[in-house]
Amino acid sequence: MSANGGPLLEVSDLHVEFPTEDGVVHAVDGISYAVQRGQTLCIVGESGSGKTVSSLTTLGLTQTQGAQVSGSITFEGRDLLKLSTNEMRSIRGGPISMIFQDPLSSLHPFYKVGAQLIEAIQAHQKVSKGAARDRAVELLALVKIPDPQRRVDQYPHEFSGGMRQRVMIAMALSNDPKLLIADEPTTALDVTVQAQIMSLLAELQQRLGMAIILITHDLGVVAEIADIIAVMYAGRIVEHAPAEQIFGAPQHPYTWGLLKSIPRLDTPRGEELVPISGRPPSLIRRPGGCFFHPRCPYARESHTRIDPKREPVPGDPGHEVACLLEPDLRARIWKRLVAGESPDVLRRELAAASTAPLVTTEPAPGTPGAEP
Amino acid sequence: MSATASPLVEVRDLVKHFPIKQGVIFQRQIGAVKAVDGVSFDVLDGETLGIVGETGCGKSTTARLLVRLLDPTSGSIVFEGVDIAKASGASLKELHRKVQIIFQDPYSSLNPRKTVGSIISDPYIIHGMYTGEGERKKQVQELMDRVGLNPEHYNRYPHEFSGGQRQRIGVARAIALEPQLLIADEPVSALDVSIQAQVLNLLRNLQREMGLTLVFIAHDLSVVRHMCDRVAVMYLGKVVELAPSDELYSFPRHPYTGALMSAVPVPDPAGSKRERQLLSGDVPSPANPPSACRFHTRCPKAQEICSTDDPPLESKGAAGLTACHFPLTLDEVRLRLPAALTAAAAEDPRYSSSSSSSSSSASSSST
Repeated sequence: MSANGGPLLEVSDLHVEFPTEDGVVHAVDGISYAVQRGQTLCIVGESGSGKTVSSLTTLGLTQTQGAQVSGSITFEGRDLLKLSTNEMRSIRGGPISMIFQDPLSSLHPFYKVGAQLIEAIQAHQKVSKGAARDRAVELLALVKIPDPQRRVDQYPHEFSGGMRQRVMIAMALSNDPKLLIADEPTTALDVTVQAQIMSLLAELQQRLGMAIILITHDLGVVAEIADIIAVMYAGRIVEHAPAEQIFGAPQHPYTWGLLKSIPRLDTPRGEELVPISGRPPSLIRRPGGCFFHPRCPYARESHTRIDPKREPVPGDPGHEVACLLEPDLRARIWKRLVAGESPDVLRRELAAASTAPLVTTEPAPGTPGAEP
Repeated sequence: MSATASPLVEVRDLVKHFPIKQGVIFQRQIGAVKAVDGVSFDVLDGETLGIVGETGCGKSTTARLLVRLLDPTSGSIVFEGVDIAKASGASLKELHRKVQIIFQDPYSSLNPRKTVGSIISDPYIIHGMYTGEGERKKQVQELMDRVGLNPEHYNRYPHEFSGGQRQRIGVARAIALEPQLLIADEPVSALDVSIQAQVLNLLRNLQREMGLTLVFIAHDLSVVRHMCDRVAVMYLGKVVELAPSDELYSFPRHPYTGALMSAVPVPDPAGSKRERQLLSGDVPSPANPPSACRFHTRCPKAQEICSTDDPPLESKGAAGLTACHFPLTLDEVRLRLPAALTAAAAEDPRYSSSSSSSSSSASSSST
C-alpha cells in the first residue's frame, strides 16, 4: 500500500462484450482487481479466458473494435473508460505502457529501432530529436543491450528474439510508466532467454518502482515474480490470492487442475499427470451456474444453476475464490490431491457420501464422445 | 527401458547442411547453415528417447531426417539393417510404413479441404491396406475411438475441431499403419496447458499398448523428463549430453544442460530460491558456429582449450555421455537446481565418487 492512499489501478465489475454474427461473445464478465504501486499482479489463464482483453481494455484498445464495455477502470483517481480519445492517447505509452507477446510483429520492420524509440519518446515529451536519441541509447543500455550506440541504428530483423523483446521493454519504459502491462512477454522465447527477460523485468521493477501486470498461462513464470495472482476462467476471476497462497493452499478446482496437469522438475518423475477433462467453454453460449462445472470432477447438480460469487476464504486473509464447494471440503480434497490421489477416486467417494447427486462431467479424454 | 534392449535405430555421424545461395540466375553457394552437424545416437527398442534444445539447435531437422522428409548431407541412419539415409523406391515406402511422425502445429499439418476420415485413411490407401470402402471406414473409426475422437465425426473437417482434438487426428494418422517408431516433434507446444496433459497421457498409453518406440522432441525440459527414458541434449547441431533421464535431471554434467535446467521456472515460490545461472546472450548462428566446443562462447566454465579442442561425447563416470572438458561438479549442480532434483544424486555413491574425482580435476584447472 502506498503512502498516498488508494491503489494505483482499480478495475471494478468490468464487462467486455463483442457482438458478432454468431451472438455476443462475453470475453470479460464482471472482473474486479486492484494493483498497488510497485506491486506485481499476475493474471493466469488459458487462451480465451479474457486475460488479454481485460488489459487491452485498460489501455483503451478494445473500444475501437466495437466492444461494449461497462464497469470502471480507475487509474490514479480517473476513470479511464470515461476519458476522450486524446486523453487516452496521453496515458497509453505514458503512465501505462504495455509489452506484447510477439516482439517481431510489434516492431515496425521498415524503421530503425532508434527511430521507433525516438517516436515513442517524442509522443509524450517535448524534447529535441537529439535529446530523444540520447535517451533511446540510454534506454537500450538500461535493458542491457550490448553496444547500444551502434544497435540504435539497426533494424528489428538484425536483433534476435530476446533482444527484440528487450527493445520492446525499452520502448515501454521510455516515459517512466507507473504501470507496465506485460502480455505473455516470454511465451515466444526459449527458456534460457525467458529467464534473462524475467530477471531483467524484476530488476527494472526494483530500480524504477513501477507496478507490473503480468499476463501468462505459465504458473512457473508467475511463481518467481508475483505478489498477487488472479486465476481467470471463461472471462471471470475464479481465484484471487497472494502468490504463496495460490501455490500453498489453492481453493478452486480449476487452479488444482492447472497445478496438477503440468509436469514439474521438482516432483518425482513418473508421477501421473492429471489432465482437466473437456475444454474451455464457448464464450457465446456459456454453461449455466458455475462456468467450470462441465469440467469439474466435484460439481453437484445445484452447481449447474447457482452462480458462485467471489468470496473470502475463511481463515485466509486476502484469499478469495468463486467456488460452491464447502471450504473444509475443498481443503480436504486438495490435501489428498497433493498426496497423489486421482480426482476420479475422490469423485466416487464424494458421490457415495453426499445426498445431492453429482453432475456427470464431460467424459474423460480417451473415451469416445468427448466432442463438442 | 532395460539395459539389454537392442538398438532399433542407429544414427551415425548424421549431417545436414542447408546451402545459403547468392545470385539470381547463376546461383552459387556462399555458405551453409549447419543445422545438424555430426550427430550419433541409438534409439533402443521400446524406449522413449527425448531430444531437447533451444530454437535452432537442429532437433526438428533431426526428426525430419529420421523419417527421411529431408535428405541428409552425409551420415547413416540404420533401421532394421536398412539405411534410411540411402533408401529409395520400395524400401523407402516400406520404411515409411514403420516410421511415422507427429508434427508440432496441428493447424498447418492437416489438409483443411479433406475430411478427418479421408486424412486418417490416406495411409491405408497409399499402402494398399483395407481396400474395401466399408472395411476401411470401420478401421478408421476404430482408430478415432482409440485416440479419443468421436467416430461419428468421420465426415467433419479439421476446422471443426479444437487444437487438442486436431493433435489427436495427427496421432491417429501416425499410428494408422502400426509403426514401430514414432517421432513426435513438439507435439504439445502449440496446445493450452490443460490440454497438454491429455495428449501426453494419450501418447504414453498408446506406447504402452502398441509397444511403440518413441522419439520425443521438445523444448520443455519438464515435459521431456515426464515422458522420456533417455534424453539427448542438443546445442547448435551437436549432441552435448546423452543420459538416462533420472541421471540427467539429478546430475547434469554439461554446463549447457545445467543452464537449461536452471532456467526452468518452478511453480513454487518457496522452492525457487536457488542461484539461477543465467546464460548471457543468444544462441550463435548455425551458419557460422563457434570453433571447437560450440558452447564455449556462452559457457561459464570455458577455458582456452574449449575454443581449440572439440570435446568428444564420452562417459564421465556414470551411464551418461557428455561432450565437455570441464563437466559440472555435484556442488555446482546443487547450487543451481531445485533441491528435490539433486537429492537423489547426492545419495548415489556412483556420483559422489565420480564427482569428487572430477571436482578435484576441475577445480585445479579452473582456479
